[in-house]
Amino acid sequence: MTERFPHLIVAPVVLPLMTAALLLLLGQKRKRAKSIANVGAALAGLLVALEILHGADAGGLSGAARVVLMSNWEAPFGIVLVADRLSALMLVLVGVVSLCAALYAEAAWGRAGAYFHALFQIQLMGLNGAFLTGDLFNLFVFFEVMLAASYGLHLHGSGWPRVRSGLHYIAVNLLASSLFLVGLAVLYGVMGTLSMADIAEKIALVPARDRGLLHAGAAVLAVAFLIKAAIWPLNAWLVPAYSATSAPVAALFALMTKVGIYVLMRLSTLLFSAGASAQFGGTVLLYAGLATIAFGAIGLMASMSLGHIAGFSVIVSSGTLLASLGMGTPAVTSAALFYMLSATLAVSALFLLVELVERIGSDGQRRVPDLDVEPGEDTNLDDEEAPLVARAFPVSIALLGLAFMVCALLVAGLPPLSGFVAKLSLLTALLSPRGGGHASAGAPVPPAAWIFFGLLLLSGLAATISLARAGIRYFWSSGGRLPPRLKAVEAASLLGLILCCILLTLFAEPVLRTTSATAAGLHSPKAYIEAVLSMKPRPGPTRPVIDEEAP
Amino acid sequence: MEALLALVIGVLGGSGIWLVLRPRTFQVIMGLTLLSYAVNLFIFSMGSIFIDKPPLVRPGVPADLQHYTDPMPQSLVLTAIVIGFATTALFLVVLLASRGFSGTDHVDGTREEP
Repeated sequence: MTERFPHLIVAPVVLPLMTAALLLLLGQKRKRAKSIANVGAALAGLLVALEILHGADAGGLSGAARVVLMSNWEAPFGIVLVADRLSALMLVLVGVVSLCAALYAEAAWGRAGAYFHALFQIQLMGLNGAFLTGDLFNLFVFFEVMLAASYGLHLHGSGWPRVRSGLHYIAVNLLASSLFLVGLAVLYGVMGTLSMADIAEKIALVPARDRGLLHAGAAVLAVAFLIKAAIWPLNAWLVPAYSATSAPVAALFALMTKVGIYVLMRLSTLLFSAGASAQFGGTVLLYAGLATIAFGAIGLMASMSLGHIAGFSVIVSSGTLLASLGMGTPAVTSAALFYMLSATLAVSALFLLVELVERIGSDGQRRVPDLDVEPGEDTNLDDEEAPLVARAFPVSIALLGLAFMVCALLVAGLPPLSGFVAKLSLLTALLSPRGGGHASAGAPVPPAAWIFFGLLLLSGLAATISLARAGIRYFWSSGGRLPPRLKAVEAASLLGLILCCILLTLFAEPVLRTTSATAAGLHSPKAYIEAVLSMKPRPGPTRPVIDEEAP
Repeated sequence: MEALLALVIGVLGGSGIWLVLRPRTFQVIMGLTLLSYAVNLFIFSMGSIFIDKPPLVRPGVPADLQHYTDPMPQSLVLTAIVIGFATTALFLVVLLASRGFSGTDHVDGTREEP
């Protein structure tokens, strides 16, 4: 296996870390340099992620995972970074969203506080690290890095709603971290190792009397990730926190729920895809995911502000992903991966849009004094129409309106964009339980799949109604107000995310091919385990001979 | 010793959970602190608990868990302590900010109904 850059997968962790350090050294004055460094590092991160994905995808169906032994120790003993297709896909997703969020932040938010850029980069480091790490304890460390940065970013800009929701957000996440550690410790107690590949290999050897403890540990660990992924009874923190924070941070936070999903996906397929504990927790995931979709759909119907709508969209997409993870077939997983790409981009765009759209009706300081007296709510609009007709239709409103419409189509999963492709492939996969598209039409569809089917369509309906209502209120009933001022970078970042979704639609077939290869690799984790455990350390030039014995 | 350790972890964890569910921010942070003590002790106890056994492999003594204690949970707990301490300190800052904004120490920022 000769690659162009064998150690490239270290870059997504090291690059943001170094950039953050540089940003701290730049001090508070050089704002322009900091902006350039932040956006540049995000762009470099995206390019690196694309290269890693290219490398991972070139490996054929067997999907050779790239492994780097960080301190040149063999896998179960040392720290490893592993990049297989799933990790690479997630890295690319982080790259795209972070680049757009960084661009957006340059309009205003980046200057609102001294350490925004550094925290932003640290958050990226945590996200990338969580996607790349090959052992559970480093996963915990990267989780904490990500969360610590997110606490700072969440409070960025201050204000009572942020502090209030931040207090809840941090308390919930500290509790989740405690659960994470408890689960980790139990798993270590049973397995004697924390390397994911090593656990996966040895899980068949666990005697029957220890199975209960193993399952308890895995369940406690899973609860920590489920809190992060916003599963139904544990997601009350999400909507207030995500809708209170600043727009670029909220866009980045849309990625954080996907970390929980990623870890569940990784661990459930590695640990429980075969053997005595096969499909452990699958039913729970399925029904809890369905409950999450229902909760999110009800929340969508109930929410009036666009921020809350975006928050509940995150919950709906989390529920969909968790439920499809609970189905446990490669076809559903493949469709779910495509759905995850599309939904994350769409929700991030929606979060960016929230702030821009709310400027339309806002009585901010940008109000130009020549506007006539504000008409009351019950004024006949025809009287106001006359001066409006003469005025040129503002570009910013047109752009925002179009962007809003595209986002609504994407989030609700209506044709012709990638949200529809994702939902369609998910529905198709649900109705052909054996996998392999239409060939297995004769096989019975489990009842849970029908419930999932119905809920998926209903949640799309709820999103359509809710977004249409919000669109009417923000764009149509705000006649007579001033058009919002839209900066070029804000428009560019928004359009960038939307463009990615359009590209995802146009190139749906190759992307779906990649996701189905990813899902196939996930559901037969032999290749992953072998790639990690067979990686040998490079002989050092002056390595002393030590009597090595396994601990 | 196992019973004592289990009892200590249980009491710490139980009090921590009770305090976290209380409505005052100070009680919540005390609860989180107690919980993190419980969790740290729990991780520590996951390595075999022995008295007078160093976490070192000594020459001449077989390297199995009969003769030395597992160094791994100790290093894990060290990291967990540092991270838990840092995040709790950060929570303290947010707690003070919340107190400043709302003028009350209720977790929701509103006074309780009498």
